[in-house]
Amino acid sequence: MSIIHVDSLSKHFNSIKAVDNVNFDVREGTIFGFLGPNGAGKTTTISILCTLLRPTSGTAIVDGYNCVTQPAKVRRSIGVVFQDTTLDKDLTAYENLLYHAILYNVEKSERQKLVDDALMFIGLYERKNDLVKRFSGGMKRRLEVARAMVHQPKILFLDEPTLGLDPQSRNNLWEFITRLPEEKGVTIFMTTHYMDEAEVCDEIAIIDRGKIIAQGSPEELKKSVGGDVIYLKTTDNLKALSIIREEMSLTGRIKGDELFITVTRGDACLPELIRHLGDIVKSVRVQRPTLNDVFLNLTGKEIREEHPDSMDEIKESVRAYRRRFDRT
Amino acid sequence: MIELRVVYVISAREFKKFLREKSRLFSSLARPLIWLFLVGGGLSRIVPTGGNITYLQFFFPGIIGMTILFTSIFSAISIIWDKEFGYMKEILVAPVSRTSIVVGKAVSGSIVSTIQATIVLMLFPLVGLKLSLLSVLLIILLSFAISFSIASIGILIATFYESFESFSIIMNFIVMPMFFLSGAMYPLRKLPEIFKLIAHFNPLTYGIDALKNVIIKEAGEMGADFSLSLDLVIIFLVSLVFIFLGTKAFNRRV
Ligand SMILES: Nc1ncnc2c1ncn2[C@@H]1O[C@H](COP(=O)(O)OP(=O)(O)OP(=O)(O)O)[C@@H](O)[C@H]1O
Ligand SMILES: [Mg+2]
Repeated sequence: MSIIHVDSLSKHFNSIKAVDNVNFDVREGTIFGFLGPNGAGKTTTISILCTLLRPTSGTAIVDGYNCVTQPAKVRRSIGVVFQDTTLDKDLTAYENLLYHAILYNVEKSERQKLVDDALMFIGLYERKNDLVKRFSGGMKRRLEVARAMVHQPKILFLDEPTLGLDPQSRNNLWEFITRLPEEKGVTIFMTTHYMDEAEVCDEIAIIDRGKIIAQGSPEELKKSVGGDVIYLKTTDNLKALSIIREEMSLTGRIKGDELFITVTRGDACLPELIRHLGDIVKSVRVQRPTLNDVFLNLTGKEIREEHPDSMDEIKESVRAYRRRFDRT
Repeated sequence: MIELRVVYVISAREFKKFLREKSRLFSSLARPLIWLFLVGGGLSRIVPTGGNITYLQFFFPGIIGMTILFTSIFSAISIIWDKEFGYMKEILVAPVSRTSIVVGKAVSGSIVSTIQATIVLMLFPLVGLKLSLLSVLLIILLSFAISFSIASIGILIATFYESFESFSIIMNFIVMPMFFLSGAMYPLRKLPEIFKLIAHFNPLTYGIDALKNVIIKEAGEMGADFSLSLDLVIIFLVSLVFIFLGTKAFNRRV
């Protein structure tokens, strides 16, 4: 049973095709990940699904309701954590959650309990009367997830929930995000550009320039790479590339100062490779495929190497400013 | 359809923040005080008023109007600022009607604006005015009504608001002219015809006139230009029309 159904969805901003004919289904009770580089169209897709943006064409159905024609019904079913924080830092943690409960029409008799439960769940109950501006980045993010859960939504949207957090806070956050489907029965739709985070998903769609270029479970996707990846550094990458092509009939690609080749059995292939290339080889490493290789294999680029466009830069500097500002 | 819970959340939030941010209160009171005592106090010495009040007393309703104008317009503009970078998204994604959000924003701006106007009002003995308790209460009620009408205009402006640059455009081409052409500094009947005509289309004119009707009742030549009931009708109509237009524009933008 799919709880989110997206059919030929597109969103154009003038000439930019931010989302370009996208199709996918999300099964109830699973974690679905949207993985892609900056500007891939992740946030745009989420904005359409949570009714803040009208698609140019196509349909999006969330919990059985149409996002364009039944936005109010969709909003009742979902909880959203936006990429940029939407907490009010001049209110306390408790106030932020309480106002949320009122906005979502939670029964007065239940509000207190639901807010307290949510704060308990993320381990911030003791700090409930502190102003949010006194919280660390990780605490704020956890609080935002808790807030999105207060009205007990069926579906939780998380747009880059761990952006800007240190590794420890990231782990911390993931620990309770992954508890949600089991303990609360929610479906999670999340976006990220951290490969390792996507590993927790039951299903991943890889999106680049508005198009879904691969979809499947993390294992399926890694299998699709077709084996291990060998990374080579040589004194002459172009020459090495032609030797690999012509003498070994393998396909390799150059990325940065490295050459990478996908083979079924990395360890078995190595001796032969070195024999053919001889002493132009400077270093070699073999890697089991990761989701990063999946992306690399499909697009020929790293997921994180894209240069942010100017709007992203502006947004990023505003975020940085707010982070600094929030701390004071 | 207006959902009271939404109006409540938006207003309660604004009110709590207002109480916590003392610096915001002081900085927004600085402007009217400077205008009152430096500009008004100075002009008071050289401008013969001809009536039975001093220029400073004449200027007092205008200063309350100024406080309301700035506070209401700028709190309304935060509707868009909030939308790009913050809390407004939390409200927009909740199952609430857009009309409630716009009304909530106008009410919350009006509450803050009324508090500020009331603080300025309490300075009336300093300019030598005498007001009964009843008049004071009436002025506070009037301040809320005027604030609401100005905030609804602010929300419509905010929907056209694109960037920081437009901030100074709004200041220079909307807010300041609204103040100068409102009868705050000069009685309308003494303005040149062309300005008088423009002032008649300025909603703030009627707000300040309503205040004059209560604060400087017996000023004759220097007093109110219209009757209090006309002022009230116009304030009410302006609120209604701009809340309607603001909701329309907000719906389209968001
Ligand atoms: N309101 C808008 N107006 C014009 N262009 C937009 C708008 N919002 C997004 N875009 C463009 O659409 C494309 C997709 O943006 P989107 O924010 O969906 O990317 P993303 O995958 O979320 O990226 P990031 O990882 O940086 O958050 C980008 O090229 C972006 O510049
Ligand atoms: Mg994004």
